[in-house]
Amino acid sequence: MLVCGMAWGQSAPELTLEQSAIGAVSDEQSAPMQPSVLTDAAAESGASASAEAALQPEAAGARDTEATMSGTTDRTAAAAASANDSAGAVSGAEVPATAQEQQPPASSQAAGAEAPTPDEAVGTDSAGDAAAVASGPEPPSLAAALAKLTDRSFKVKEQAAADIAASGDPRAAEFLKALLEGDLYYRRDDNRIVYAERTSGGWALTDALTGDDLGSVGSRDARKITINNRMRSALRTDIAALTLASPDPAQRLSAAKEMMGDVDDTGVAALRAQLAQEEDPQVRDAIELALAVAGLQAESPAERMAAVQALGTSLYPEARNALDDLIGTEQDPAVLAAAEAARADMAQRVKNMRRLETVFFGLSLGSVLVLAAIGLAITFGVMGVINMAHGELIMIGAYTTYLVQLAMPNAIDWSLFVAIPAAFLVAGLFGVAIERGVIRFLYGRPLETLLATFGLSLILQQLVRTTISAQNVIVENPSWMSGSLQLNPALSLTFNRLYIFVFALLVFVALLLVLKRTALGLQVRAVSQNRAMARAMGVRSARVDALTFGLGAGIAGVAGVALSQLTNVGPNMGQAYIIDSFMVVVFGGVGNLWGTLVGGLTLGVANKFMEPWTGAVLAKILVLVFIILFIQWRPRGLFPQRGRAAEG
Amino acid sequence: MRNPLPLWSTISRRKSFVLAAALTVGLSGGLAHAEEEGEATEAAGDETIKVGVLHSLSGTMAISETTLKDTMLMLIEQQNEKGGLLGKQLEPVVVDPASDWPLFAEKARELLDQEKVAAVFGCWTSVSRKSVLPVFEELNGLLFYPVQYEGEESSRNVFYTGAAPNQQAIPAVDYLKDELGVERWVLAGTDYVYPRTTNKILEAYLKQNGVADEDIMINYTPFGHSDWQSIVADIKQFGSEGKKTAVVSTINGDANVPFYKELGNQGISAEDIPVVAFSVGEEELSGIDTKPLVGHLAAWNYFMSVPTDENDAFIETWHTFIEDEDRVTNDPMEAHKIGFDLWVKAVEKAGSTDPDAVIDAIVGLETKNLTGGTAKMLPNHHITKPVLIGEIQEDGQFAVVWQTDEEVPGDAWSDYLEGSKDLKGDWTDPVNCGNYNTKTEECLGAEAAE
Repeated sequence: MLVCGMAWGQSAPELTLEQSAIGAVSDEQSAPMQPSVLTDAAAESGASASAEAALQPEAAGARDTEATMSGTTDRTAAAAASANDSAGAVSGAEVPATAQEQQPPASSQAAGAEAPTPDEAVGTDSAGDAAAVASGPEPPSLAAALAKLTDRSFKVKEQAAADIAASGDPRAAEFLKALLEGDLYYRRDDNRIVYAERTSGGWALTDALTGDDLGSVGSRDARKITINNRMRSALRTDIAALTLASPDPAQRLSAAKEMMGDVDDTGVAALRAQLAQEEDPQVRDAIELALAVAGLQAESPAERMAAVQALGTSLYPEARNALDDLIGTEQDPAVLAAAEAARADMAQRVKNMRRLETVFFGLSLGSVLVLAAIGLAITFGVMGVINMAHGELIMIGAYTTYLVQLAMPNAIDWSLFVAIPAAFLVAGLFGVAIERGVIRFLYGRPLETLLATFGLSLILQQLVRTTISAQNVIVENPSWMSGSLQLNPALSLTFNRLYIFVFALLVFVALLLVLKRTALGLQVRAVSQNRAMARAMGVRSARVDALTFGLGAGIAGVAGVALSQLTNVGPNMGQAYIIDSFMVVVFGGVGNLWGTLVGGLTLGVANKFMEPWTGAVLAKILVLVFIILFIQWRPRGLFPQRGRAAEG
Repeated sequence: MRNPLPLWSTISRRKSFVLAAALTVGLSGGLAHAEEEGEATEAAGDETIKVGVLHSLSGTMAISETTLKDTMLMLIEQQNEKGGLLGKQLEPVVVDPASDWPLFAEKARELLDQEKVAAVFGCWTSVSRKSVLPVFEELNGLLFYPVQYEGEESSRNVFYTGAAPNQQAIPAVDYLKDELGVERWVLAGTDYVYPRTTNKILEAYLKQNGVADEDIMINYTPFGHSDWQSIVADIKQFGSEGKKTAVVSTINGDANVPFYKELGNQGISAEDIPVVAFSVGEEELSGIDTKPLVGHLAAWNYFMSVPTDENDAFIETWHTFIEDEDRVTNDPMEAHKIGFDLWVKAVEKAGSTDPDAVIDAIVGLETKNLTGGTAKMLPNHHITKPVLIGEIQEDGQFAVVWQTDEEVPGDAWSDYLEGSKDLKGDWTDPVNCGNYNTKTEECLGAEAAE
């Protein structure tokens, strides 16, 4: 029934594929199997035959020859049969040369490792190649290796990439990087490897080898060279080995990190050579760590001891895993004790980092809650209006971001700075209109306000559905919102969450200043505390009501800009936040901005600390239950408003 | 909400559909035959045959389901270009159940009871299928369900044209295990019936293959979940403990967008921890920046990038119909095409749209799928499908890295779960049962369906 999968699972249970692949390839220097398989694959795909036609004869042939080979064979054929175009299959004649470069020692090394990942397998791959370079007659030619990249079989391409790395050509690293980044293309009529740049209606090509300008071609005449996961990790290791001596310290650092836990003897030698001349302290540390991780497998206990001590309490996962491996096999009691002590320290440090991380996650979730709730803290907290359309005002802010991005497609990085004031204005105007059109007739009648604003929320959702789309829209992340701030190997904070946390605090401070330091703020507070008295003092309470509601709505719009960076923007997005917002305001204390801030952050952190035990679904339920109980105990929330007006 | 009727009114489309119809080879044989028999059917008086389309056009599932509605309109229009069915024109009846599971049941009742449709093509999530199932069984309707699902079901009134677990989940896990050497598993899913049952099957399967308890992490999140930071951090931690780790994702709907974003932001690349998804296809990827996702995997029975003539023709027809060259095709669309072809063939064979006649006629019928093979309707109302594994490319397409060498027959009852491994579905005489116990040789009947 499960034809391939089951067959492999049973035929080679204790060998992972990488081992079997390498073992098979290197053992068969005399056997003609590998070349013939690839020839078949190339021929089949050249004729663009159907997938199963290509698969059957090869799978059968491979199983006859060697059971463990079948995985590789099927994969090659499947990849070949599935690739898109029929041009450019490399003839099988070139294949034997590449197969011979695999040296037998490489496979025995791989088989000795406990759990070879693709990286490890590839590491031994390149070791084999390096040996071939040292002892063989001549390194593979760069041009020939590049030509093989146009093949449709990932296996052939993988070999081609290894050949490029082994070519010794100074441009090798450059080509491998271009391949990894997806910048290498080939021209379809003559399979020439090129760099391609998008122009209107096609590609501008540059010959990759010679740098000649090849003019432009139509968009269908150049094709990207696709790579798969195995190739990607192989490329990273190869690039690391090639860039360890790069003049750029950043490249050296990433090379040293990439090689950590993944080096063989040649790699160790290269690391030592680099360490001798390395001046950058960060790179030195990384190289020393990489050497220490490798040193854990040294022959003499003294060397292993030194390696354990050199590792110290490193936070790199590679260091922890290497120590775990060591603890499993170590015979020398002194080294074992040192390793176990170091491992325990590491575990403690990682645990602390994880706690810090959870706090950050909680604060980040809390800041989202605060942003969503703070507008409501004005309309509900200060004015006492139960505004069920609050979530939809957030949605309007998010859609404003979308429209701003549509209007400035070439400046996505700047779009948010335009979107923030735009969303404030748009949502604010909606707010004023809602207050003037509906809510002012319903003051003092909370139930009717609730129903009317709920109806409004449905109207607003439908408005977006009919004018824009019922489906979610794409709001892009500016480049500075992507990625994370790496504090150390065990702790990194994502930029989008970090910025939104800061942004939430800024919005909070700004709102506080408006309420405490401006004339409008004074009037708002006066009206909310005692409407009749404020009117007697000459405050136009109707105008203040409209402006206050507009302010709350505008803040909701600004929250929508922030949320558009975190979640999906669709007509229903507001509903996800309305309950949370009310929860925060009620928990924090109605009418108190500080309560909203503290309440939101507390709920966020509590949620995140509960999530690992209970799962995301139950954590939310528990928080809700907690709030219900809390309100029983303190009906006015964390920071109740005091004074006659509040109690009256 | 939207009126589907004016769709075949424009002249330019009509032209393109003559071309499209010519390109489609699967149905041409039965055409003349159908016209002869058209007079003889008992459903005289009706001028059209109504076909129900039950897909969410709003709400959290709209991202996936709207395309399927368009696919059905295209297939129906194509069939009408060729002269309709049994000499009558087909008329699509589109309703919007709005990603609201109870509303699915109401809309299904409306389609069967009031509109009197001959067959319904629809549903995406399993919870929506479970919600309409009693309606179809009560009113004896026909449902063609085009999405991969958790199995453990075989109804007389439902045809499952998507993958059962043995046609998607199990082969995908085999691929990770055997090809990538994965030893630790994160089973992450949305909290509803499909992910829970699939993960139960996968957990049993992994344990039978010697995976220890501590090497399996299971996580569920609500629909539309957007705060993935701590879950992704947990996955990162789980995967940094030395053994090769992979995520098997049954996360459904728009929650995938923030999930993959968070993976990218926290720097988890496909080489470190590959994610193989069962619900993310070309359609879902067309909405997001795929750069951080390159190399992550999906297991399906069809990819748009598969180079066959049938597929090229299908894509061309789709682009002409939707008037947008950038629109993608995906696996459930292929499933709807197969389901529609089989239904048309069955109606032609039976000479009637009567559900009982169609149910009898359809088992054993074959039609070409788009990946160069054949889809056959099996007695358990599942079909045969090839399994393909693809890696996400930067352009939002998949590069096929592995596939089975022949079609896998869909297995309604998993072989890896206690209590279901002895069951089989067989809707042909003499068994005629959805959950027939092959050991005790008796039919468990409706009360044991759960």
